[in-house]
Amino acid sequence: MALRHFGAAAAVAIAVGMTASPALAATEIQWWHAMTGANNDVIVKLANDFNASQSDYKVVPTYKGSYPDTMNAGIAAFRAGNAPHIMQVFEVGTATMMAATGAVKPVYKLMADAGEKFDPKIYLPAITGYYSTSKGEMLSFPFNSSSTVMWVNLDELKKVNAEIPKTWPEVFEVAKKLHDNGHPTCGFSNSWVTWVNLEQLSAWHNVPLASKANGLDGFDTKLEFNAPLQEKHLEKLVELQKDKTYDYAGRTNQGEGRFTSGECAIYLTSSAFFGNVKAQAKFNFTAAPMPYYPDVKGAPQNSIIGGASLWVMGGKSADEYKGVAKFLTFLSDTDRQVYIHKASGYLPITKAAYEKAKAEGFYKDQPYLETPLLELTNKEPTENSRGLRLGNMVQLRDVWAEEIEQALAGKKTAKQALDASVERGNTMLRQFEKTAVK
Amino acid sequence: MQKQAIFQSKLLPFALVAPQLAIVLIFFYWPAVQAVIQSFLLQDAFGLSTSFVWFENYLELFSDPAYFETIIRTFFFSFAIAGSSLSVALLLAVMADKPLRGGAVYRTLLIWPYAVAPPVVGVIWVFMLHPSLGVLSRYLRAAGIEWNPLLDGNQAATLVILAAAWKQISYNFLFFLAGLASIPKSVLEAAAIDGARPMRRFWTVTFPLLSPTIFFLLVVNIVYAFFDTFGIIDTMTRGGPGKSTETLVYKVYNDGLIGGNLGSSAAQSVILMVMVIVLTGIQFRFVERKVTY
Repeated sequence: MALRHFGAAAAVAIAVGMTASPALAATEIQWWHAMTGANNDVIVKLANDFNASQSDYKVVPTYKGSYPDTMNAGIAAFRAGNAPHIMQVFEVGTATMMAATGAVKPVYKLMADAGEKFDPKIYLPAITGYYSTSKGEMLSFPFNSSSTVMWVNLDELKKVNAEIPKTWPEVFEVAKKLHDNGHPTCGFSNSWVTWVNLEQLSAWHNVPLASKANGLDGFDTKLEFNAPLQEKHLEKLVELQKDKTYDYAGRTNQGEGRFTSGECAIYLTSSAFFGNVKAQAKFNFTAAPMPYYPDVKGAPQNSIIGGASLWVMGGKSADEYKGVAKFLTFLSDTDRQVYIHKASGYLPITKAAYEKAKAEGFYKDQPYLETPLLELTNKEPTENSRGLRLGNMVQLRDVWAEEIEQALAGKKTAKQALDASVERGNTMLRQFEKTAVK
Repeated sequence: MQKQAIFQSKLLPFALVAPQLAIVLIFFYWPAVQAVIQSFLLQDAFGLSTSFVWFENYLELFSDPAYFETIIRTFFFSFAIAGSSLSVALLLAVMADKPLRGGAVYRTLLIWPYAVAPPVVGVIWVFMLHPSLGVLSRYLRAAGIEWNPLLDGNQAATLVILAAAWKQISYNFLFFLAGLASIPKSVLEAAAIDGARPMRRFWTVTFPLLSPTIFFLLVVNIVYAFFDTFGIIDTMTRGGPGKSTETLVYKVYNDGLIGGNLGSSAAQSVILMVMVIVLTGIQFRFVERKVTY
């Protein structure tokens, strides 16, 4: 009886499949991503708009969890032989993806093979540089980019009669005032402890994080951030942690609620925090550029990006690649870039979109949305500020954070912690170099 | 008495065991063999370049002092979790075993936490004890305790042990309750008539008669602490601060999935497997002797 029902169900399923198949003639393009909430809506809208604009290809977006989850899912799928066509990978996964020759199809090659019009000059170099070879060939397509900014609670600053601090010494001073006047648990803080206090700090002051242009020129790069500037900065944080003028808020962005709740009035994190700030903050706020040490010559330099890019996976058919190429062209459209910028708070990736947003007066009402763009384009990028390309970067960050935590907890000095970070990190870089495909 | 069942066909018994065997082979032996093979390889995350390196992955682990620290930490965690959850569960079970008004309600409530998945347990405890958001941390601060598990390794370890033990209490409680119910009342009554006070009755009668349950739970709890605490650690501390809550299983995950170093990760899981086999073996060989069935 049950079996007969199953048979009937199967017959129906087959019949449905047959009648439905003509509609599926469009080639499917799988797009795995890690966006939630409002940004997920943006992704779905982009896919729908693209699917409605033509009938040959159908982009199917799938949410795969956090950034590391999405990347791991993609890698596992590749090993099993069914990788998606497009995969959103966070910036720290860049070296791992790039090293996987054969597993990925570089974007510049994809565009050329598919005969799609592609001019790398229309993109903002501060953004595409991170995802390009040293020759300027674009490897992955920047999708959502951000940078580190300093979020400031203007109401609280007013209460202590302070201006928005521009340099680190000013930040420490204002934080002290805040700490003594109503913020005993947090004068200032930050998310992404290594991104803010090592990676961006180094680029912003034009000092190397690692040799070989921070790894952009080769996998045989060595970490070099156990230098005076980084050491001085960490020492200061350790000192301020003691009375919570600075208070550590965790390795990722888990502590961001401390800004929107009003606990921390100065908070350094990604510019992409904007959506949450706008939705939750019950005070006047702004995003100021990252502070710098005025005694460092030439500072501030320019900041580097965070966020994610779209990688095209290898081993697909020419027709599928044509669809992917068309989709990337579709995403590069000026109006579409302006839409993504406004809807998500992430940065536009083309020069035209930036100009258009400016011309529309978008930054007049919300000047803080331009802050990350001004930081990124502050000066012509140098070897130390073009970007980072270190293998195993996700775990490297964990190792550095472990050491910083030990320094902040008073178990190690700043120097010991940075030396250990560099030493342990170099071991991991050598390990990565061994397995990287040459 | 004839114990052997008689099958007409020689194939039938095999056919009957086959599904179970297939499950064990596919879900245990196959991945285990793969892990052993992988542990001798050096491979990039995508599996594009592979080289056979013999015992290099193992040698690298054993020359890393941090790995030994993780081993010691894992044992400490296991005993702390097993010890605290077993003792609390036993205490609760003995209490709930007494004739109480509404006893069924207490029992049900005590079993409840077992239904909660480990990552959810982690999230709940994080919410309660987060340094700036947590309800409990506010009280701790009011009581003058500098509570900051984000930087204080001992506090973070305490937090993980608390959460992991809390979740396992229900499971232990359930077994203790069943174990207590199976102790004949007459034995206890006889002891009472002989003048043994409740404490003495517990240690000389109840406890020895419970020893099979305790032994079973000890094995289960240690295995739980070794493997199942992953979800709790991942949601609560991610192994930090420093390495103070990184256990062996978390390191397997971190090196393999986050670090993309599959060879080392596989070697670690092989070591872990051997460790648990040895540990369970020791328990059966030595501890079981002291158990009265």
